[in-house]
Amino acid sequence: MSLILDHVDYVYGGDTALAVHALKDVELVIPDGQFIGLIGHTGSGKSTLVQHLNGLIKPTGGTIYFNGEDIHAQDYDKKKLRSKVGLVFQYPEHQLFEIDVFSDVCFGPKNLGLTKQETELRAYAALKQVGLEDEYFYQSPFDLSGGQKRRVAIAGVLAMKPEVLILDEPTAGLDPKGRDEILDQIAKLKEETGITVILVSHSMEDVAKYVERIIVMNQGSVLFDDVPKEVFQHFRKLEEVGLAAPQVTYIMQELREKGLPVRTDATTIVEAKQEILRVLGKSYT
Amino acid sequence: MLRDITLGQYYQTDSVIHKLDPRVKLIATICFIISLFVVKSWVGYLAAAIFLAVMIKLSKVPFKYMVKGMKAIVFILLITVVFNLFLTPGEVLVSVWKLKITKEGLRIAVMMAVRLSFLIVGSSVMTLTTTPNSLTDAMEKLMKPLKILKVPVHEVAMMMSIALRFIPILLEETDKIMKAQIARGADFESGNLIKKAKAMVPLLVPLFISAFRRANDLAMAMEARCYRGGEHRTKMKPLKYAGRDRIAYGVLAAYFAVCIVIRIYL
Repeated sequence: MSLILDHVDYVYGGDTALAVHALKDVELVIPDGQFIGLIGHTGSGKSTLVQHLNGLIKPTGGTIYFNGEDIHAQDYDKKKLRSKVGLVFQYPEHQLFEIDVFSDVCFGPKNLGLTKQETELRAYAALKQVGLEDEYFYQSPFDLSGGQKRRVAIAGVLAMKPEVLILDEPTAGLDPKGRDEILDQIAKLKEETGITVILVSHSMEDVAKYVERIIVMNQGSVLFDDVPKEVFQHFRKLEEVGLAAPQVTYIMQELREKGLPVRTDATTIVEAKQEILRVLGKSYT
Repeated sequence: MLRDITLGQYYQTDSVIHKLDPRVKLIATICFIISLFVVKSWVGYLAAAIFLAVMIKLSKVPFKYMVKGMKAIVFILLITVVFNLFLTPGEVLVSVWKLKITKEGLRIAVMMAVRLSFLIVGSSVMTLTTTPNSLTDAMEKLMKPLKILKVPVHEVAMMMSIALRFIPILLEETDKIMKAQIARGADFESGNLIKKAKAMVPLLVPLFISAFRRANDLAMAMEARCYRGGEHRTKMKPLKYAGRDRIAYGVLAAYFAVCIVIRIYL
């Protein structure tokens, strides 16, 4: 049960002078149950990559396998694939269209051909999963706040019960509070259901706290693919491609340069604090 | 799939046609369209074809791009041809069951097809070589005299340029919403006509909302910059005729004269 990308290439613009090589020989294995951060600068190909994962874009070269089957094979059921690999687009609130929140969330499961009862059960569960209160269920989705709309849209994909959930910049345009709420909710969801989550972002800070693996994209290729600690060690290279490591990495690096023999691989503030206290010879309390 | 509509899509390159004053191109396009209805003989269409071919060659835009615009009207073209082919009375050539293909019908059908395709390709040459902004500039300038009749020329031109500007944006938006709904299991392809029409709702509602939102944002941005329409507004790049524009007018006049001559004598 996994997603495998085998030498995936994607060129758009065809054979004109405007052709863009959006993905270059991408090779990835995404096993079940991982929490992955997909990071890249604007135009690095990360959005194009995730659209390959549920078959919205057909690669111009290479093959994508889901659970061992080629997703672009003649008789492969794309609709089923899309229910298994849920993709939440950037600004997903722009896709809402129903008269009330509940029916909008029902759209996905209904398309899967489920019974009315099953559809509604799933929609209810999904709305609960994203932490939306009951009082909003029968309001027009257009009357909600930005953060709430986004939750509804995410619920719309969750209601299809995907095995892999991909979120393309789920925090774009939200204030810090809304951002933390959404990310915490996703982390909680991941913990409860054990599904694979791929979080697309251009901010290391956002994902560092949550994910167990980071894939860094640059100009259509995979630059790094490792656990966060290892990826952040390359912070100079990250800066070159327009990204940055979390602030903690910089602090630890500078402390070391100034003569404090700390290890530099802390990724969160708590870890950094422990490490500094350890070096100073004090126990963490 | 939606990117096939070339209308309002500028092709960036460096050619004589690109450099012409947009007024010349606008008038030339109108004249070309009129000429298609002036001529009625094959010689006339040959003249139009030659004129068009030369223009395409001069514009340096790959022919592929012009044909792309044709895809959008294939359906209209088909209906026109079929109706003319079967419903024109006259000398019967072939008759199948109740349908009759007549000599006149065949002639009119082919002519209509040629006319429509030339019309689209001709206007594509203009839109591919002229940015929407300079096009509306030209329109505004050409319609200036109408101001005496209290026609809000500047406002109309502004609306046109905004509308043109938004075509590619809305197309992109449509593409995005479509993908988002497909990701939620929507099906835009299979089913009968009614089912297909129903399937459009999840696409159209968000699209309308986004169009209104964009319109609102734009109005706000214009207001914030104290935009207030026509009077005393100056241009950053005022339109000025150059030598090549006069030559172009000459060529155009010659072509038009040839068309009229063909109409009268052939």
